[in-house]
Amino acid sequence: MEGNQIMFAVFAIVIIVFSVLTVTSRKILRAAVSLLFVLIATAGLYFLLNYQFLAAVQLTLYAGGIVVLIIFSILLTSQISHKFEPIEWKKALFTALAVIGGAIVVITTILKHTFAADTAAALEVNMNVIGKSLLGTGTDGYVLPFEVISVLLVAAMIGAIVIAKKGSPVRDEEKNK
Amino acid sequence: MNQGVPLEFYIIVATIMFFTGIYGFLTRRNLITILMSSELILNSVNINFLAFNRYLFPAKLDGHFFSLFVIAVAASEAAVAIAIIISIYRRFSNINVENVNELKY
Repeated sequence: MEGNQIMFAVFAIVIIVFSVLTVTSRKILRAAVSLLFVLIATAGLYFLLNYQFLAAVQLTLYAGGIVVLIIFSILLTSQISHKFEPIEWKKALFTALAVIGGAIVVITTILKHTFAADTAAALEVNMNVIGKSLLGTGTDGYVLPFEVISVLLVAAMIGAIVIAKKGSPVRDEEKNK
Repeated sequence: MNQGVPLEFYIIVATIMFFTGIYGFLTRRNLITILMSSELILNSVNINFLAFNRYLFPAKLDGHFFSLFVIAVAASEAAVAIAIIISIYRRFSNINVENVNELKY
């Protein structure tokens, strides 16, 4: 076995085990930490695929940003020691059946299909190429989605502030009277 | 291929991650854990984009930029979702989905 096969196996096992823990753990903070491990292992897969920039973005934005945001909101809204009640077995069983059925269908389809690999020379993804494509207007330019995504980010941030800044519950009750 | 790992393996890992996210999305009742399940789903799609880009179209960067934009959308989605969750918590003092069953207007 080569080195990157071993690394792929490690990352795949970490991803599968910790994503199952993320959705089944009965303590919410443990679920969040499992999510953190899943995201870090995903960044490892990006490194294996030779997309260093995206792996760095994954580490800083997902593992660093979103998980911290989620953990903050957990600390604001729930008790750490609180344990969820177990799911009703009927709901868990039927959801698991549906999910496993779907996964089997998708995986058999993937294994039956033969992917036609492109033999073109691999493009080296360095910061120069990324910056030029992100702000280019030609055939390989992405300036329009880049601008749209910046507007979306600003709108989302302003919306988040407006939504979270509402008055205290006491004042709301007075208004309702 | 320079990797030594077939493309199918990446897609199978992403598939398992995707369906685990769906399981959590359907069975969880706490809003934050539902948000975490949706992050799992988005992340598995990103793995697919990058694996297809690397193995099938190595001379292009479409999948790379698409997953970059997916990450940006996921970040703004998480910010808005957590703002909504906090305002729900202020109103109901917990964040179970059963409480949120009516709109304002």
